Amino acid sequence: MTTESAHARPTNPAMVIWDWLRQNLFNTWYNSIISVLIVALLFQLLSTFLGWLLTTQGWVAVLKNLRLLFVGRYPADQVWRIELVVAMIALLVGLSGGVWKGIVRNLATGFGLILSVLGLLAFTFPNDGLNPFITPPIFLLGSAALVALGVWGGSRLAEAARIPLLISWVLLYPIAILIIRGGVGLPIVETNLWGGLLLTMILSSSGIILSFPLGVLLALGRRSNLPIIKGFCVAYIELIRGVPLVTVLFMAQLMLPLFLPDQVRIDSVLRAMVAVTLFSAAYLAENVRGGLQSLPRGQTEAARALGLNPVQTTLLITLPQALRAVIPVLVGQFISLFKDTSLVVIVGLIDLLGIARTIYSQAEWKDFTGGVWRETLLVVALIYWIFSFTMSRTSKKIEEKMSVGYR
Amino acid sequence: MAEHTNQEPIIICEGVNKWYGEFHALRDVTIRVRRGEVVVICGPSGSGKSTFIRTINRLEEHQRGTIIVDGIEMTNDIRNIDAIRRETGMVFQQFNLFPHLTVMQNITLAPIWVRKKTRKESEAKAKELLERVGIVEQAQKFPGQLSGGQQQRVAIARALAMEPRIMLFDEPTSALDPEMVKEVLDVMKELARGGMTMLCVTHEMGFAREVADRIVFMDRGQIMEEGTPEQIFTAPQHERTKLFLSQIL
Repeated sequence: MTTESAHARPTNPAMVIWDWLRQNLFNTWYNSIISVLIVALLFQLLSTFLGWLLTTQGWVAVLKNLRLLFVGRYPADQVWRIELVVAMIALLVGLSGGVWKGIVRNLATGFGLILSVLGLLAFTFPNDGLNPFITPPIFLLGSAALVALGVWGGSRLAEAARIPLLISWVLLYPIAILIIRGGVGLPIVETNLWGGLLLTMILSSSGIILSFPLGVLLALGRRSNLPIIKGFCVAYIELIRGVPLVTVLFMAQLMLPLFLPDQVRIDSVLRAMVAVTLFSAAYLAENVRGGLQSLPRGQTEAARALGLNPVQTTLLITLPQALRAVIPVLVGQFISLFKDTSLVVIVGLIDLLGIARTIYSQAEWKDFTGGVWRETLLVVALIYWIFSFTMSRTSKKIEEKMSVGYR
Repeated sequence: MAEHTNQEPIIICEGVNKWYGEFHALRDVTIRVRRGEVVVICGPSGSGKSTFIRTINRLEEHQRGTIIVDGIEMTNDIRNIDAIRRETGMVFQQFNLFPHLTVMQNITLAPIWVRKKTRKESEAKAKELLERVGIVEQAQKFPGQLSGGQQQRVAIARALAMEPRIMLFDEPTSALDPEMVKEVLDVMKELARGGMTMLCVTHEMGFAREVADRIVFMDRGQIMEEGTPEQIFTAPQHERTKLFLSQIL
């Protein structure tokens, strides 16, 4: 406390702000001029933007097309299937949050909050009257309640629920696809009707889930001592990394049918999924390989000296460390994969961004002054941002957590 | 230390040669180590002592000569290599603990996955070993939270958990701060007194004088001279040995 007098702080917060302003913004006459100009410019921009944001009538276009935005041309009387999938995810997220706590629970809380906010907003949405039992507010608030229920149940079950939950997560993907696509008793909804956020989510989650194991295998293959495996992996990775995603998508959509017999028709969404996965796997492989190479050689030597065989050494020692080291890079890659799925528009699939274009070019808005594209694109951008921001924040949290006691 | 050593050799190396490209790293290294014997290998850096000790569990491959460990000949057969690795524990200069696993997990990993012991059994054994090296209270920490000396003691416990018949030490104290050297050497001395067969590459001449049954002096990939600590320290035969000892003592 003896140094207190030397670095005495003024106690009045107003004084602190005033001093800060004086020191940083108005310390010379030309800095004062620049500061005033910038403040004026910012004020101008912000007030125009906010004025537009609050007064524009264009939001009606988004509100009237919410179903289109979220699920594309998925038949309205079947939308309950997607709602069922969302509800399942909500319950699983909640349970996981309750069981694992920490970061997972934060994610669950965030998910629940977004659902609740959307649910409350949904009371103001125009009802298309197609779904009399499960209206959007009931569905959204119900899902939020499922998250809460899950967190509560998860924290009661604790440890015991870990393995069943992991299994449920693994099963979720195929079950969700089955419910959305139909078959086994449910009417089939052709994939050309899938669109909007639904399509974006399916493409990017498939891309992430499937490219991860593939990429890890390619990375390990590239470091293999067997020349054929190594050669194949190197060739694959370098080939894919040498071409843009658009090319891979075109190849999958247009070239593939030329090589296959006429009877074999592969669905175009499936083809896009495969293209995105194969593309992402090559980049993921290089990132994982970077992680593997960053490990000191002593790690493998210690493992081998203990008698662990090469497979055990990889699975127990090198791979876990390599993956930890590259989590930020991988998440960065997943974020760009998520956004890159918007390229499927050029092969005729209508994802979130494609739907936006469909919405603002509807004939209904022809006479709307200035059009409605700003509002539509802003909403779409917001949706992309929420997902990307969540991913990047989560990766940052994981990084922070893992740096504890880990050098 | 000679009272608990018998004459039966557990390690036999005959004319071991190794090249790194053009560089002849090991030249006709021939040595027999008896059960329970403590052999200290010393020599200037680049003399091939680490390379030699690493050929014994095949972290380095030798190109010519024979290595037989506990009756198993070192060949390219992966089964032989794995069998030898199960019999030999190794401690490294850089500790090489697994940073993503706790101390306890570091020690129990190999017993569980290689020896197929139960978790409970391995953890009991690990506790016992940690007590022996004096850091049982650190069991749930990660290696990064321990001091260098503690890490090296964990590394020794990890190697011992496999119940090896031979322990190889590759400059175990060279990366340690001076005040931590003693705690590691104490553990090694205790191990030597317990009758473990040990091969140590080290510059700790005090340790060599106290516990070694034999000192091997290597230079330029060759064994120049070997003998009891008494012979080597008081009456070295070779000029190179004299020079080396005068520089480090």
